[in-house]
Amino acid sequence: MTNDLILQVEDLQTHFFTRTGVVKAVDGISFELRRGETLGIVGESGSGKSMTAWSILGMVPHPGRIVGGSINYLGENLLEKSRGEMRDIRGSGICMVMQDPLTSLNPVFTVGDQLVETLRLEYDEPKRSLRQRAVDLLANVRIPAAEERLTNFPHQMSGGMRQRVVGAISISRAPNLLIADEPTTSLDATIQLQYLRLLKDIQEQTGAAIIFITHDFGIVARMCDRVAVMYAGRIVEQSDVEDMFDYPAHPYTEALLQSVPDLDTDVDMLPSIEGQPPSLDALPEGCSFAPRCPYAWDKCRDYPDEFTVADRHTSRCWRSE
Amino acid sequence: MWQFIGIRVIQGIFTLLVISLLVFLATRLTGDPALVLLPPEASSKADYERVKKQLGLDKPLSTQYLIFLSGAVRGDFGLSIRDRRPTRDLLLERLPATLQLALAGMVLAIVIGVPLGILSAVKRDSFLDKGAKLFAVLGMAAPQFWVAIMLILLFGAILKVLPTYGREGPENFILPSFVLAWSIMAGITRLGRSSMLEVLDSDYVRFARIKGLKDGMVVWKHALRNALIPILTFSGISLAGLLNGAIVVEQVFAWPGLGRLMLDGVLQRNFPVVQAAVMASAFFYILTALIVDILYVYADPRIRH
Repeated sequence: MTNDLILQVEDLQTHFFTRTGVVKAVDGISFELRRGETLGIVGESGSGKSMTAWSILGMVPHPGRIVGGSINYLGENLLEKSRGEMRDIRGSGICMVMQDPLTSLNPVFTVGDQLVETLRLEYDEPKRSLRQRAVDLLANVRIPAAEERLTNFPHQMSGGMRQRVVGAISISRAPNLLIADEPTTSLDATIQLQYLRLLKDIQEQTGAAIIFITHDFGIVARMCDRVAVMYAGRIVEQSDVEDMFDYPAHPYTEALLQSVPDLDTDVDMLPSIEGQPPSLDALPEGCSFAPRCPYAWDKCRDYPDEFTVADRHTSRCWRSE
Repeated sequence: MWQFIGIRVIQGIFTLLVISLLVFLATRLTGDPALVLLPPEASSKADYERVKKQLGLDKPLSTQYLIFLSGAVRGDFGLSIRDRRPTRDLLLERLPATLQLALAGMVLAIVIGVPLGILSAVKRDSFLDKGAKLFAVLGMAAPQFWVAIMLILLFGAILKVLPTYGREGPENFILPSFVLAWSIMAGITRLGRSSMLEVLDSDYVRFARIKGLKDGMVVWKHALRNALIPILTFSGISLAGLLNGAIVVEQVFAWPGLGRLMLDGVLQRNFPVVQAAVMASAFFYILTALIVDILYVYADPRIRH
């Protein structure tokens, strides 16, 4: 079972050193991922979800820096890798589909060019066989007339097709880990579904582990095996999907779940979470959710430890003590 | 594509027509060339009428314009008032000097400006970036005549390593082309830096890195091709400006180009020369703009389709 372990993140801390102070975008998170497993990372914008992804890829933007913890990929700590080694792991081992797949393709190069240049990194083959691989990849993500599509520029394709091209590029080097950063927020509802199906297909074919970053619990239910809920740079609750839906332990998770619309409830009745997520450079003392929490009490002035609520289910709330 | 070029050519011809009318009228506003030619003390009314008739200035304005226009279409701009030589010959004598200097300046500006701008963006806030910024600000702010004189002082008078006038050999190009190029180089550097920074922050550049491409490929292929598009426009406009003849630089370095021809023409109220020189400038301007537009189509496939 341990051989299946693809990614093991331990106490990861990514901080931003700005003029006004240190922003703790990711503040000590830990999680694991096995082959073929899908982990959903859920949270509001600014909760540190995306920075977790950039940290794993070794592409934390300036003025951010990973200041602590470890990221073990296939048993090796990525934080000890050189720039060159990290570059070799990107694409071939770990790949990411960004928030807006439509702007991920370079507008001045053909789709074929962008696929072939990626394949060339992986396969030392003549151009013709790389092109054949590119055609196969496009066909694999159900792009009709793949051969002719290679000479197209991105703007000549529909949105749905472009994201499939991005999908094809992301899996072209057969990565063990695919990160999808809210890949559906910019898409029409029908295309969203197609895209989720595409990711599932990819996973079935390649056995890759997927990290799915989203704020949509509906998508989590559909896609994921495990969920981690992030709030203000920390994972406040983590468990298997069913467990979280049935027995949410953290008040924040509870509130998030309640705000998922259900066919039976009227939209007028939808509860929302009072208040704003805290600004990361001015975090409250103690539990960062306390100011918005209906159950907050004296003890919340200290930051809660991680408590085990059930098997493979943890929560950072004093109520779970 | 051909339709696009056709439309642009027709637009260009129309623009040239308008310019021909404007320059024709403008020259007539500057005064009477006959008065410049005649010796002030010994000239009778009859002499004056004779000279006017000889120059064709006795005819009504509309007739004069039509004569100018019909000649210009055939490439014949009449005789220079000063020395009665065909204006076309004067123009053709000067043109190579201006073309060579303009191209030398442009090549210099691009060869130094583009890499400097790109490196400034890639190595943002580094020593190189700050140095390039200083270099660019100076280039934009310092007036050309002053830069030219300072360089002549330094390299001609003090160090005595470079010639400061004429165009005998390649070394004659160095100072004037640098003076011409500096401000354009400065523009290219700053524009290149800002457009490169914007492109480096784009999703497709990030995705290129996520795919595992080498930094060199990401910068010099994916980012550069996109960052070059605004530089192309700027360079085109600048080149067109250079082709008009650089009046100041040609004057300071005694460079026998179009700019000086035009300046002398204006001072002498040499109507045919001014008209011919302006029409040539306008023609090159429009031609450069057309070439840039065509290059644009190749640089940015989104325009092509």
